[in-house]
Amino acid sequence: MAEYRYRDALRRALYEEMKADERVFIMGEDVGAYGGAYQVTVGLLAEFGEERVRDTPLSEAIIVGAALGAAMVGGRPVAEIMYVDFAALAMDQIVNQAAKIHYMFGGQFRVPMVLRTQQGTGRGAGAQHSQSLESWFVHVPGLKVIAPATPRDAYGLLRAAIHDDNPVIFLEHKGLYAVKGEVEDEPFVLPIGQAEVKRQGQDVTIITYSRMLGLALEVAEQLTSQGVSAEVVDLRTLKPLDYATLEESARKTRRVVVLHEAVKIGGLGAEISAELSQRLFGVLAAPIVRIGAEDVPLPANLELEKLVIPDAQRLTAAVEAVMRYQPMPTNGA
Amino acid sequence: MTEVSASVVLDLYQRMLRIRRFEEAVGGLFKQGQLPGFVHLYVGEEAVGVGVCAALRADDYITSTHRGHGHVIAKGGDINRMMAELFGKASGYCKGKGGSMHIADFSIGMLGACGIVGGGIPVAVGAGLSAKYRGTDQVAVCFFGDGAANEGSFHESLNLAATLTLPVIFVCENNGYGEFTPARQAMNIENIADRAAAYGMFGVIVDGTDALAVYMVAVEAVERARAGGGPTLIEAKTHRKGGHAEGEDAFLAGQKYRLPEELAAMAAKDPLEIMHRYIVEHAIASSGQLEEMDNAVVRAVNSAIDFARNSPEPDYASLYEDTWV
Repeated sequence: MAEYRYRDALRRALYEEMKADERVFIMGEDVGAYGGAYQVTVGLLAEFGEERVRDTPLSEAIIVGAALGAAMVGGRPVAEIMYVDFAALAMDQIVNQAAKIHYMFGGQFRVPMVLRTQQGTGRGAGAQHSQSLESWFVHVPGLKVIAPATPRDAYGLLRAAIHDDNPVIFLEHKGLYAVKGEVEDEPFVLPIGQAEVKRQGQDVTIITYSRMLGLALEVAEQLTSQGVSAEVVDLRTLKPLDYATLEESARKTRRVVVLHEAVKIGGLGAEISAELSQRLFGVLAAPIVRIGAEDVPLPANLELEKLVIPDAQRLTAAVEAVMRYQPMPTNGA
Repeated sequence: MTEVSASVVLDLYQRMLRIRRFEEAVGGLFKQGQLPGFVHLYVGEEAVGVGVCAALRADDYITSTHRGHGHVIAKGGDINRMMAELFGKASGYCKGKGGSMHIADFSIGMLGACGIVGGGIPVAVGAGLSAKYRGTDQVAVCFFGDGAANEGSFHESLNLAATLTLPVIFVCENNGYGEFTPARQAMNIENIADRAAAYGMFGVIVDGTDALAVYMVAVEAVERARAGGGPTLIEAKTHRKGGHAEGEDAFLAGQKYRLPEELAAMAAKDPLEIMHRYIVEHAIASSGQLEEMDNAVVRAVNSAIDFARNSPEPDYASLYEDTWV
């Protein structure tokens, strides 16, 4: 067991996969000599050469399209889109092409392509470099979507994504790259599509993913002083969603808060809330509460930026609200 | 032209005939309401796909467009499975899930037709990138229209292919119209091939109604690509005999968008007639022999329609198959 930073855990996954399988290659903007905007691919160019660690022009559509074409004929590309915001420039290749190829052509092609990108706030990078756009991808049949929160998950799930024969959108978080955590020395792969209970609790379930996991764990710890035992479930994979784990936790606690950094409206919280409400209507002790970003573009000012996304105060208030919820008395009661 | 052998000439003509008769039959079926979706016919443009594909090997790759039936046939596709796909049948190339705009055949290197204008161009670049990385001498060809030459994907693709010296051949089928808008209203240049210079690659213009001319230009581009000489942009000037899509007359409601001078030019430039004349003039085959060939093609197309009609509909259970591997 050794301690890794998130970015180093990702690099370890890339390194091991490239060592093991020469079909795996990396392409993207400044992934080679510069080592990636967030330094994930540092050193890989020297190790594997420019055929396998390919710096590209600033051309997102062809980065994704070329990765797709290579994947269709036997390659296993890991393409990097520097910021998820730039994926907007490649959406045709992601949504209309990569996601559809396997189904639309009757299963003739496999698309073992990973699209690594990073998202989220925390740097005052402004409206075009700070978004959380996972809902765009989750809404498209044919894509898998992963958003790891810890170095261990980042390592194990990136390896799984590279092994997967489907197009995988791998969403890192710019605020997590320097975060440290334990990762086993022995190589391992984590299963795609499995959430993980990161903290056991009895009274309320906080469902979250990516950087908001840290906030959830922090607030859960603080809530013990109020006598509230909170369970924290980390989705890890956003598509396919592990409803079995979510349902099991929600059945136990009967109270659920869904937390994410993406805009609340139309966000994944709405999906999870609706599905769990339907499955557990008679079981839940309170309506499910969602917390997400405000419906505004992200401002550059760091204090304003903080106002947009969920914080400890808002999460605590949400948990308290579901804890004290009293059902309306029924007629005649 | 004399260096092209008689067997190649006859092969070009036969492939064009197969496309022409297939497309005519499809147009008729669509008119009768027997085909779902949208249908974009390749009639008039046959010489481009056929001339290029005749210069390719079976293991070379192509990507195609919404007007893609001709490319599949030119690359050697099975017209039974094509027709079944157009009918949405389980025996179709894509099990009835692709339709007219999405036919692929991996076994012949046909990486798929694409309903998004310009969407298939990057895929060919990726296939070429892979071929180069694997050290094979395969080439990848993408077909697209003049309309796609104004999409961002075209420009990004040419730039990357030229920068990395990839074995990719960009074949622009300039039929003069992006859907219903004349190309000259959509770009301030006469020749799309000029854009090759902007990316540092070879560009060439060819008469896209002359299969032999296309073939010879393609052979040169393929040789260059195989030898590591990088990509070529071929602009084939051609004509779309029909409309953008079948059934468009109903929407046009009498409005005309074809330019009179273009229609006049087209009348004198039917690719099958040009090839027919060449074959007879050079005594490669007689008119009678070509008619026999034509009749055989018509029989094959009719039998493809029978195959499609008699094929089963997809099972409802197949709906969720192939969502993911």
